[in-house]
Amino acid sequence: MIRVAVGAGVIDVAAEMAAHDAGVHGASAAFVGRVRGDGELTELFLEHHPVLTASGLDALATGAAARWRLDALTLIHRVGGMAPGETIVLVLASSAHRAEALAACEFLIDRLKTDVMLWKRERFADGRVQWVEPRAGDHGRAERWD
Amino acid sequence: MALQIAYFAWVRERMGVADETVEVPAQVADVGALVAWLAARDGRGALAFAEPHRIRAAIDGAMTGPDASLAGAREVALFPPVTGG
Repeated sequence: MIRVAVGAGVIDVAAEMAAHDAGVHGASAAFVGRVRGDGELTELFLEHHPVLTASGLDALATGAAARWRLDALTLIHRVGGMAPGETIVLVLASSAHRAEALAACEFLIDRLKTDVMLWKRERFADGRVQWVEPRAGDHGRAERWD
Repeated sequence: MALQIAYFAWVRERMGVADETVEVPAQVADVGALVAWLAARDGRGALAFAEPHRIRAAIDGAMTGPDASLAGAREVALFPPVTGG
């Protein structure tokens, strides 16, 4: 079962894990990405494309399912404004054995950072607003999976 | 050639609009030429596209490079490198 979603609603990690684990999987890997409150950050805003962001997530999920033997895959990305501590992204990958679940989870989070139309904008307590620049290492990590 | 162009993140902010339909001259044949043409068109384009190497593009939903042809394109999206995850 593949579940992919993008939206402005709060990601309920516990509910998603319960739904994901409806089947019986030998191994489940999870990645939860949250908003850091570095430098007095007050809001993180995620801009997205109304169509292409969802299709990009779908393509990633399909790619992971083709590459590893997965019993279940959940890929959820939040968009819009969020506060420090809130969940931005949730990746759950389940397989019969740990190696495939862990690899698929890492592949998805690495590729999310380079392949999907999403842009982060930070707002700070002193009023500064800035768009986040890609990290130098992100493309290197993503390219490991080519 | 009439082309629908969508802008995102700081490219959208600098252009002042999220999307527009523009009449592009026939000699503007690929994404790189479109970016250069927009940069030369007016002040907001000059601001948004001052650094072409920081611009990424998608044609009708597929990510492309600066050499991608505009022939047959309906919508071109122009945006900075993505920062999701």
